[in-house]
Amino acid sequence: MMAGISLDLTLIWALIIATAVFLYVVMDGFDLGLGILFPVVRGKPERDVMVNSVAPVWDGNETWLVMGGGGLLAVFPTAYGIILPALYMPVILMLLALVFRGVSFEMRFRAETPRGQLWWDRAFSWGSYVAGFLQGVMLGALVQGIRVADGAYAGGWWDWLTPFSVFTGVAVVIGYGLLGACWLVWRTERALQAEARRFARGLGLATLACIVAVSAAMPFLQPSFRDRWFTLPNLLLAAPVPILVALLGWALFRALGAADRRANAEAGGTGEGTERRGRLAHDGMPFLCALGLFGLSYAGLGVSMWPLIVPPDITIWQAAAAPSSQLFLLVGAAVLIPVILAYTGYVYWLFRGKVRADQGYH
Amino acid sequence: MTWPDLPSALDLARFQFAFTVVWHFLFPAFTIGLASFLAVLQGLWLWTGRALYLDSFRYWLKIFAVNFAMGVVSGIVLSYQFGTNWSVLSQRAGNIIGPLMGYEVLTAFFLEAGFLGVMLFGLNRVGKGLHFLATCLVAIGTLGSAFWIIAANSWMQTPTGHSVAADGTFMPDDWWAIIFNPSFPYRFLHVVIATYLTTALIVGAVAAFHLLRDRANERARLMLSMAMWMALLVAPVQALVGDAHGLNTLRHQPQKVAAMEGHWETQRGAPLILFGWPDAAREETRFALGIPKLGSLILGHSFDAEIPGLKAFPPEERPTNVPLVFWSFRVMVGLGFLMIFLGLAGLWLRWRGRLYDTPWFLRWTVAMGPAGLVAVTAGWIVTEAGRQPYTVYGLLRTADSVSPVAAPAVAASLAAFAVVYVVVFGAGTWYMFRLFRQAPHVHEEGPPQGKPIRTAGITPAPSVPHGADAGRLSPAAE
Repeated sequence: MMAGISLDLTLIWALIIATAVFLYVVMDGFDLGLGILFPVVRGKPERDVMVNSVAPVWDGNETWLVMGGGGLLAVFPTAYGIILPALYMPVILMLLALVFRGVSFEMRFRAETPRGQLWWDRAFSWGSYVAGFLQGVMLGALVQGIRVADGAYAGGWWDWLTPFSVFTGVAVVIGYGLLGACWLVWRTERALQAEARRFARGLGLATLACIVAVSAAMPFLQPSFRDRWFTLPNLLLAAPVPILVALLGWALFRALGAADRRANAEAGGTGEGTERRGRLAHDGMPFLCALGLFGLSYAGLGVSMWPLIVPPDITIWQAAAAPSSQLFLLVGAAVLIPVILAYTGYVYWLFRGKVRADQGYH
Repeated sequence: MTWPDLPSALDLARFQFAFTVVWHFLFPAFTIGLASFLAVLQGLWLWTGRALYLDSFRYWLKIFAVNFAMGVVSGIVLSYQFGTNWSVLSQRAGNIIGPLMGYEVLTAFFLEAGFLGVMLFGLNRVGKGLHFLATCLVAIGTLGSAFWIIAANSWMQTPTGHSVAADGTFMPDDWWAIIFNPSFPYRFLHVVIATYLTTALIVGAVAAFHLLRDRANERARLMLSMAMWMALLVAPVQALVGDAHGLNTLRHQPQKVAAMEGHWETQRGAPLILFGWPDAAREETRFALGIPKLGSLILGHSFDAEIPGLKAFPPEERPTNVPLVFWSFRVMVGLGFLMIFLGLAGLWLRWRGRLYDTPWFLRWTVAMGPAGLVAVTAGWIVTEAGRQPYTVYGLLRTADSVSPVAAPAVAASLAAFAVVYVVVFGAGTWYMFRLFRQAPHVHEEGPPQGKPIRTAGITPAPSVPHGADAGRLSPAAE
């Protein structure tokens, strides 16, 4: 009886935490993506618009990272206690990078000299690069597998650093850059949006290449990953995933082309209809496609790893907390997560529409 | 020099936690009180319509934004540090402290983060009522966060409602008993009151600083007045709550109280030692200056009450740094008395009609600005150093809680934390002082980003134009 209950609970929790981590990846992904685009957007008004477009929501976005970490501690304490020591250096460095990035939101408006502003811009940008890169490194190190003995991490403090993890680090930076560029296509206009469309094309191609490369490498990392994808009937279930990736890539470029045409039409016209253009179904389309690419990649990773939480050996059930702990938090999560999503949606809606460069700064 | 001569991974991990948690708590100690203060100011503005309150609200909102950002980023570090540096604690106590921290995220962090954007940028977008609601939700979020994290901390100090599995894992039996564990109500009240006092002292210091330059500044007068009412009413309450908290500690963690008091011998009619140097090697408090029997009176409510001393416990059960506990306690209590005196002096001067133009009092108030932060830090050092050598009191030793991470890795990360925190939070604090130096004036602007970030095609909701109501009810003294 008890085993049955805990089994279901653990499955639900694995899905909740996977969702929280995914929400973190895409939501802070576009925040970090803006920092990643800073080196190629040099004008102060443009940078101000970029930061303003996420200023009211970035803190909420980053909270999903705390939810992922806190949830892991609460529901999978064994995994939490193994993964974090194993990824000690990248975790700490990522947190420090997020410190720089987070305070820069406030500080770059407080700096009184151009020099000071430049340094906070650098902190924002470098913080974004380092955080994005290390998140990718952690992902790579995790799927490669973690050395465990007696329920504790048994490796050294550099085990996480491998060619594969460095590659996934670069891939995540590129992917975040794509999310950031598509966010700007949605939320900005004129010259900045034109630049963003250009970035989105280059980064879109690079992201697709990274997805292909990581997918090709995955089966060689763990035998279980290979079996998952290349045996029947799994093969039939897995086959649509690459096709969907290709379709979404195509849709991304099509949506960028449509955004080009709308911008050209507007440049020749009166500028009417900007509100409609700011809608998700119009200029928001590339962003949705980029989210879709992240979603598919994430689902692909999930399919490979299932039901492992610490590859190569520890499953979600082996790592799970006491059923009473899972149940206690689930009661709250079931009520509060929908509420959180609702007010998060409300805040996004409140700050909707194109962010203008010519307003707000003096 | 070989590595064994250097600090162990355990010492480094302890120091790292102490460093990051002390830095972190400075921000929420101010944020929690300031969020409530902002909600009160905004409420008063909505109620009375006086621009004075709105200007004061906007003045502190700018400071709140900077402080909140530093609190958030330093707090995220802690939520992961349980895993990076204390993985055994996480694995063994995760069943219990994990869900408590999970509730902190679900009930508090999302609420604060979600509505902070509305609070900072939304006044021109959502209308007064909804904006006030956002401010209140942020304030409630800060208190909710304190509730859960102090529940987790208090459970580790006075664990109840659990059982221990064969492999040493703590299993929850009764969540009510876990959350409302014996030390929780005292610690929670003590901390929340401390944050209110901390905020009152900072607000009062900034107001006094500006009154020394311009005694007619209406907003500074309002801030000083509110801060001194808070100090007057709350500082004595804090002394009573602190006393009750101490008696609770005596019941559950007598070693900690013995270290706080510098008592080594168990005795009837124990003195209240005011100053001295607890010497663990000699097992005595040297150069002790005390008041006979007063210790027994305070702790046992009788001149002859028996008060256990440190020698009643084996050395491996005693706090590892008795002088630190002893002196931090004296710093906290000493500052607490200064706060009570400040509140009384404020009352006296208010009664004489000289609250705003008594230079010695204003200078004293400026000097007391950081007293709350120092006292809060000292208090946490008392309770955390005092519960050593355990993480989960009496059940899991600190030495057995630490991650299997090599000392060089911990040392390197500690160095990185030290550099980054000093640079980043140093800069942030410097900016806050720049904001403090600006006199609160009429038509206060609020956060610079709060200048309308209008988006195309959207008509702002019925809004509060900049200082629109200042004309309706202008403050008399301007």
